[in-house]
Amino acid sequence: MTLLRIVLGLVVILAIGTAAFIGYAWHSRLDPIDPPAKASLDAKLLARGAELAAIGNCNVCHTAPNGEAFAGGLGIPTPFGTIYSTNITPDPETGIGRWSEEAFSRAMRKGVDREGRHLYPAFPYDHFTLVSDEDNRALYAFLMTRKSVSAKSPANQLPFPFNVRMLLAGWKALFFREGPYLPEPGRPAEWNRGRYLAEGLGHCGACHTPRNRLGAEISDQHFAGAEIENWTAYAIDSGSPAPLPWDAESLAFYLRHGWHDRHGVSRGPMAPVTANLGAASEADVKAIAAYVAEVMGRPSKERLAQGEAALAAARQEREAAPLRRTGETGNGAGEAIFVSACQGCHDGRRPPPFGGLNLHLSTAVNAPNAQNIINVTLYGLPAARGEPSAMMPAYRGVLNENQLVALLDYMRERFSRQPAWTDTRERVSSTLRGERKVPVYRMDGTTHAPPETSMRTAPWP
Amino acid sequence: MMTRPDRKRPTRRSVIAGGGSIVVSFALLSQAFAQEGEVQGAAPPQPKPKLPGSLADDPWLDAWIRIDADGAISVFTGKAELGQGVKTAILQIAAEELEVDPTAIRLVTADTGQTPNEGYTAGSQSIQNSGTAIRHAAAQVRELLIGQAAAQWQIPADQLRAENGKVIRSDGQTLDYGSLVSTEIMHVEARPQSRLKTPGSFRIMGKPMKRVDIPAKVTGTPIYVQDMRLPGMVHARVVRPPRPGATLTALDPSAVERFPGVVAVVRNGSFLAVVAEREFQAIQAMRLLETAAQWSEGMKFPNPSEFIQSLKTRPAQQGVVAERGQPGAASAQSFQATFTRPYQIHGSIGPSCAVALLESGTTRIWSHTQGVFPDRAAIAEMLGVPAEQVHVVHVEGSGCYGHNGADDAAADAALIAQAVPGRPVRLQWMREQEHVWEPYGPAMLTEVRASLDQSGRIAEWNYDLWSNTHSTRPGPAGSLIAAQSLPAAFKAPPAKLSISPSGNGDRNAVPLYTIPNMRVIWHFLPEMPLRVSALRALGAYANVFAIESAMDELALTANADPVEFRLRHMDDPRGRAVIEAAADGFGWSRDRLPDDRGRGFAFARYKNLAAYLAMALEIEVERETGRCRILRVVAAIDSGEIVNPDGIRNQTEGGIIQAASWTLYETVTFDESGITSTDWSSYPIMRFGSVPASIDVRVMERPGEPFLGTGEAAQGPTPAAIANAIRHATGRRLYDIPFRAEKVKAAIGV
Amino acid sequence: MAVTLTVNGRTQQVEADPETPLLYVLRDHLELNGAKYGCGIGQCGSCTVMVDGEAVLSCVTPVLLLEGRRVTTVEGLGTLEKPGPMQQAFIEEQAAQCGYCIPGMMMRAQALLQADPSANEAAIRAHLEPNLCRCGTHMRIIKAVMRAGEIMRQNPQSGGAS
Repeated sequence: MTLLRIVLGLVVILAIGTAAFIGYAWHSRLDPIDPPAKASLDAKLLARGAELAAIGNCNVCHTAPNGEAFAGGLGIPTPFGTIYSTNITPDPETGIGRWSEEAFSRAMRKGVDREGRHLYPAFPYDHFTLVSDEDNRALYAFLMTRKSVSAKSPANQLPFPFNVRMLLAGWKALFFREGPYLPEPGRPAEWNRGRYLAEGLGHCGACHTPRNRLGAEISDQHFAGAEIENWTAYAIDSGSPAPLPWDAESLAFYLRHGWHDRHGVSRGPMAPVTANLGAASEADVKAIAAYVAEVMGRPSKERLAQGEAALAAARQEREAAPLRRTGETGNGAGEAIFVSACQGCHDGRRPPPFGGLNLHLSTAVNAPNAQNIINVTLYGLPAARGEPSAMMPAYRGVLNENQLVALLDYMRERFSRQPAWTDTRERVSSTLRGERKVPVYRMDGTTHAPPETSMRTAPWP
Repeated sequence: MMTRPDRKRPTRRSVIAGGGSIVVSFALLSQAFAQEGEVQGAAPPQPKPKLPGSLADDPWLDAWIRIDADGAISVFTGKAELGQGVKTAILQIAAEELEVDPTAIRLVTADTGQTPNEGYTAGSQSIQNSGTAIRHAAAQVRELLIGQAAAQWQIPADQLRAENGKVIRSDGQTLDYGSLVSTEIMHVEARPQSRLKTPGSFRIMGKPMKRVDIPAKVTGTPIYVQDMRLPGMVHARVVRPPRPGATLTALDPSAVERFPGVVAVVRNGSFLAVVAEREFQAIQAMRLLETAAQWSEGMKFPNPSEFIQSLKTRPAQQGVVAERGQPGAASAQSFQATFTRPYQIHGSIGPSCAVALLESGTTRIWSHTQGVFPDRAAIAEMLGVPAEQVHVVHVEGSGCYGHNGADDAAADAALIAQAVPGRPVRLQWMREQEHVWEPYGPAMLTEVRASLDQSGRIAEWNYDLWSNTHSTRPGPAGSLIAAQSLPAAFKAPPAKLSISPSGNGDRNAVPLYTIPNMRVIWHFLPEMPLRVSALRALGAYANVFAIESAMDELALTANADPVEFRLRHMDDPRGRAVIEAAADGFGWSRDRLPDDRGRGFAFARYKNLAAYLAMALEIEVERETGRCRILRVVAAIDSGEIVNPDGIRNQTEGGIIQAASWTLYETVTFDESGITSTDWSSYPIMRFGSVPASIDVRVMERPGEPFLGTGEAAQGPTPAAIANAIRHATGRRLYDIPFRAEKVKAAIGV
Repeated sequence: MAVTLTVNGRTQQVEADPETPLLYVLRDHLELNGAKYGCGIGQCGSCTVMVDGEAVLSCVTPVLLLEGRRVTTVEGLGTLEKPGPMQQAFIEEQAAQCGYCIPGMMMRAQALLQADPSANEAAIRAHLEPNLCRCGTHMRIIKAVMRAGEIMRQNPQSGGAS
């Protein structure tokens, strides 16, 4: 009896659950349309859409290396397999030309395509859901007036069960909270604007917040820093490893220009972000900076003092006669490499973006691991095409494992107050062997220049 | 082996001096340098009958060609190999007319101790001037030798022919050139007419010949001045002030003097340098010396944001370049626009370098200067010694493209050598010194106002250009940085407005098209906010850009095809021929291109008196970013008689790519504290990822025509063809060089 | 101080400060001219040589990193009398104007072709991106590298550098 009741109860619960789940998971197919003519769209709306698309960084994921802008086809590695970005040009057959504005807004808000299928959260609708209808309208207008490109993206490479899209309903039930953004009352308009952009369209957390095993951002480690594509996205909360604490002003400058003379240049996956933000509205970027600076919080007196000390050390090295061996640490090999190969540019005599940052001011040497320095040391910073930009030569082919480890240990010891890194050799070795695949990005955006369509490039040998 | 004057062989001077005649010394003294349009002041001497090419300045056959008794042949040119392939072309010319194999000739280039004074190797004039001179001299020498053989054999000269270094008579008997030669027969003045070989009989000219310098260049053979290693040589580096005009106020050289390997710290007024045993020691010591020196403020730089427009309001002198008909009548269908180009650099990949040695009172300098004789004059004046105590030898350097840092580096080395007599000093500039201190190609602003008549022809043309001089080359010491830094500082001579046929800032300012009413004015700006001098093509780059951009706009207004519109105004058959050849080769049409692609056309005859060049190109504009990529280029060039067709193609391909880089990417940047474009990261140039998919250069056959200067012919048409193609692709006209992505994107809009 | 270096197959002791960039040791101590000074900060590629088969910028590579490594310069590809395939290809295509950047180009291309003799034009263009040419000889350089690849494919023994 009891057993039967329990079984019946479970069946009922399962039935109700399934019905509810299907109700949650099922979305209607929206009717196709004919793509709107450019002339029918308001020029101001288009311009706004362009600025918003820059904040959304749409071009970076939706453009394949050497491919046409927004035509998709970039393979995005995830722990579950490779997902290929879609064509979001107005091509009717392979792009979103048949999508109505409603279908576009629904994709942004709910993470489903026009056919009603669930989208993988590699498309960060967990952030884009916050975007307002008005901004979606502008984004839609912008995308529907791009050059129409016929390009079919490759099929995703996902093993079972990750290739079952219906499962995404479960993922959404667990991790997805639908927007739009509701302003927090009592907060300044700029803060709300910044939060709306940073948490929504800007999707900063997609890289800067660590993810759980199901690929969802861990909400209580918001902005705590993460690794993405074998680059470290630094913590941008109170744990920011920047030796000189950021403030709203320095952040805004950095985000708009791609460099700051006391923080260095943006590179790796952040390079296209800052390159794009150069084309966004200044007010929006300032709002993002104001919000993120507040998340970072007011630095402690101790941190401020350390920042001042770092600045003073950098200033002293800039003004003093060039040193040869400094003899400050016992790491002879690393020191010799640093002094002879690195110091010439990194003594701070010439400030970023064209000169190297004095490493007393480097976030990278204070980071929890050496990966970003490994990446830029081995692959360098490849110049933007035909635009002024930061550059750095690649040392792949020169430095062997022992030499690079010695150099990194020396840099950490000399320029950071943090304890020595513990996993440097493993990181160096797996990167040198190619087991850690590091995408290399051009340095567009360290001036006002617009980013190249795809800034991903082969490493400069 | 280093390229050095061969001291074992007697020089021309010593051979001739042995003859001891008064006429001979006249031959040596008649060296005047003034054939370059861009040189101001010095007027060329006017010989009675006008001799061909540079023979007009040095008429003695043995100044150009020497044949020794053992048959060894030496050819002397005052022109220098700058990577343009002039050595090969001159060998082809000399070998052709002398009837010898090119390998049988020893070619001596620009050397104040050995060669004729041909002024500067500049202005695409080497073949036109030196090539022509050597061709005539060689032909006359050949005829002299035939005449000599005829006298020996007592038979008429017309029964003899020259072949492979011998004079041959019909029965097969031969006499070697060496056995026929004597000082007397060679030391004669050239005649105005020569029996030149006819194009049909050419063995060497007109055919591609492999460049004689390339094997050495691809094997690491030491041929550059940068590669010179003399016994006991030391290395030097200069320390320049933070900006021009700053003077050295304090210096504590003690730490530098103690630095390992340092031989001397050289201070002479505000000239500062360090000498060390090893090159890297010199560089380290230079860095140390930079921190030990204090400087005064120096000049203030103009505000960069307003600078280019300010050219119009700076003090100017007006020069009328051309005036015909009655310009000024307004018309309904008119076009008016302002075009600008910024300061741009030569940007040789190898920074300037020189080796100097003071020994027994004579300073010998090995330099990649374009003008060994004028450089000698300037350096002698700076050192306060007679010109005879300075000997300048040209040795190849990295490509020059005009007046770059070469002369200044030569002066630096000469001055440093005075401090370490007996030791050869090798001085090379650092990259940032080259970027900051080389004289730039001048910024220019031009205005076009033109109108059409009812029939769609150009009725009137008004053109105004604002520009500095494009030549501050040495001659006077005051043009050298080192001389300007001395305690008794030499002052840069004031720039003078001069209107000449080949032009300067006004080069190619007059359209070659048939236009009834025209007025062209050069608003000459004597003040130079930034130091400027000759950059490949001088004013032709900006002028042809403006003219050929305007031609496209006028064609649009007239609803005409751009090529047809040009032909409508072109009466010169050779101009028409290159325009048609470029259009045909390209497959010019008005067919629709894929989105974001455009085609552009442009034409100019360089200087209006040298090579004709027309080009068509197709461009793709990336709409999202504004980046432009040239897809394919077809150019047609008429260089007159062809010496080396592959050399012409190589120069033209290079000119197109270089001018495309200038046009798409390049501008010197500065703020009020100084120059901020100091390396390839802040002054980017074209890299492989952006070069066109194809460049096809077609060389017109013009047998029997005079040589026409070629090396700079592509610089003017290229920016216009690019601008016209962008206009076609996007509907937007760009007026301000460079067309960086940001600017193009701004023009296109969202 | 002395450093042991293997250059173009010859191992030798060089009396130089170990911090000296390879470029100056090659030019100043070993009197090799192939590697050229262009910028000194790794932006132009005219100093490119090969180290263990990889293209390396000698102006920013201190010799202390090179103990036991094989350095190859353009002198190691062949001689005036007996040019190697890469040199032969550059001569045949007349791929030089002033020629100053050319040895660096050749060494970078050599590293590519030793790894992949059938590299296509797109790969060659991408690979040569770090090297600058001011004369505008790019089209010929690309052709020359493609021709060098052909020669090396026809005669696989020919391409290696010492």
